[in-house]
Amino acid sequence: MKTKKPDELAFEIRRLVLRHTIDSSGGYLSQACSSAEIFGALFGSLLRLNPVEKPLIPRPFPGVPSSTNTEYFRGTEFYGEQSADTDRFILSPTHYSLVLYAALAASSRMDENGLLEFNKDGSSVEMIGAEHSPGMEVMTGSLGQGLSQAAGIAFGRRIKKETGRVIVFMSDGEFQTGMTWETLQFMSHHKLDNLIIITDNNRQQCDGCTESVMSVEPLAGRAAAFGAETVTVDGHDTAAIESAFNTGHKGKPLLLICNTDPCRGVEPLKQNAPKLHYLRFKSKEEKNKYINFYETNFKGGK
Amino acid sequence: MELVSRVHANNLVKVLKDRPDVYVLSADLTSSCEADLFRDAYPERFISGGIAEQNLVSFAGGLSREGFIPLIHTFGVFIYRRAYDQAAMSVAYPNLPVKFFGFLPGATTPGGATHQAIEDIALMRSLPNMTVIEPGDATEAKGCLELALSINGPVYVRMLRGEIPRLFDASCPMKLDAPRVLSEGTDITLFSSGICTEEAMRATALLGQRGVSVTHVHISTHKPFNNTIIPGLIGPAKYGVITLENHIVTGGLGTAVAEKMAEHKICKKLIKLGLRDTFIHGASRPYLMKKYGLDAMALVNACEELTGSAFDIKEPELESVRIDPVHSQAKPEAL
Repeated sequence: MKTKKPDELAFEIRRLVLRHTIDSSGGYLSQACSSAEIFGALFGSLLRLNPVEKPLIPRPFPGVPSSTNTEYFRGTEFYGEQSADTDRFILSPTHYSLVLYAALAASSRMDENGLLEFNKDGSSVEMIGAEHSPGMEVMTGSLGQGLSQAAGIAFGRRIKKETGRVIVFMSDGEFQTGMTWETLQFMSHHKLDNLIIITDNNRQQCDGCTESVMSVEPLAGRAAAFGAETVTVDGHDTAAIESAFNTGHKGKPLLLICNTDPCRGVEPLKQNAPKLHYLRFKSKEEKNKYINFYETNFKGGK
Repeated sequence: MELVSRVHANNLVKVLKDRPDVYVLSADLTSSCEADLFRDAYPERFISGGIAEQNLVSFAGGLSREGFIPLIHTFGVFIYRRAYDQAAMSVAYPNLPVKFFGFLPGATTPGGATHQAIEDIALMRSLPNMTVIEPGDATEAKGCLELALSINGPVYVRMLRGEIPRLFDASCPMKLDAPRVLSEGTDITLFSSGICTEEAMRATALLGQRGVSVTHVHISTHKPFNNTIIPGLIGPAKYGVITLENHIVTGGLGTAVAEKMAEHKICKKLIKLGLRDTFIHGASRPYLMKKYGLDAMALVNACEELTGSAFDIKEPELESVRIDPVHSQAKPEAL
């Protein structure tokens, strides 16, 4: 399994998502722009995962879990065999699913053709992923529930004395919901320190700028007051993310706040600010602008 | 009638003694939900979640994925009202073995509308993968723990606490989707659940003396509700069917029985006794059961309506009925 370096992965993630957005005449592009380096650092260096033998082709939707569905599977097969010392990765805001799929493809865990299955009827590569979608471990996407479930997994792994960590990717908007603070309070009280939260602080949400919808600032101060070890970094600097990831956090969870730019690396997006949550081309001219941008900046590789 | 005290409190300690995989989770209602003896006996398997139920429910989902069985203890309302999305997506969707012990069903508490679970069966029954059970006496309040643990999936237990009457012999434990046939008759078929079954037993004893023969069925599994004996129990009822539940009449036992009747083309009059599109308020159990028509007298009145006869039954007579534990379930085959 060939591994790319974090910055190479970030380039590839942006390229794949932009290409996909053009081909589909729309998509969750800004999420890739803001989080490409975070996913690059995670899949290029930080996550301790076992390799997969070869890039996997996503399987079709297996039906929902039930006592009678013996065919159900989770998206964890893309992480290789799970063991006591491997990390668990939980994507909480599943509106980033396309970014996760791109990261799996870029890191040769998923066959690149798997992206063609995105949002196709009967496919497991769902638009807003469920736990059978590639790279998904639990049912998230109802915002706020990822961190709590991750805390449960971390608690269970602590009981079993496993050395692997639980890494949770969160969006800054999730700090608006009360449940997130319940969980930070819980983890702090129970001294859960085998869990790391990495947050894409892109200051964007569905309605527009977080500052205009519902401010979460001062996010670092609030999280620290709730008992998390908190580090703020430039979310487009993979070396800084890697370094911050190693911050000591004995007896408490670690929260990395990655300050990011939701248009980073795809300049034409800036014209849509502050409505960046989902890009839908309004005209052929607009689409052509992105095609030209892709041809100029991504076609030849890095 | 035998009253048994703190059934669940003692049972948790006993049943979970050699179950290192089972954890008790509480949302700041540990002694109120009879988890205190367990907490004191096995503090390392007790997790305090504080007044933060949304986290506790999703957390339990995560914990169960690592091979543990979390037993959530709080008042029912704080599970299905406050954390329904969490119960649905973090527990029910993935079909995880989290067991919810939701206390204070309906009229059992003077705690008022904020504490009284009156629509929990309707909501939890509608969740895919969820099993919903409700003990009606001390034997079932004990048996529901082992029953819940035996199910490989999520279970909502509409739980009783404090002093609980024994209606069913201790040698006949609670079973999944196994209605208890308490009497057999051909005039009326009556379904009751939870604390209403004791009331129903008072009424049926006197109705029998007045010449009304009643098939009385106690239901302790709301979901699944598929036992094939049900249509056969309804079929012979000459005057019709009555359901009696400590719950709103939409979505609970009355609705489940109505659905069965429709599915099996059984065309009979059905009277659903229970809360009729109303919240209730803080007061004693006997007062609430009388005021909202959940008691033995409400049942007598319904029987009078169905049969068109007056039975001249007064409250003191209903209260004085002696209730002995029913020894064994009538064999469904014998019906």
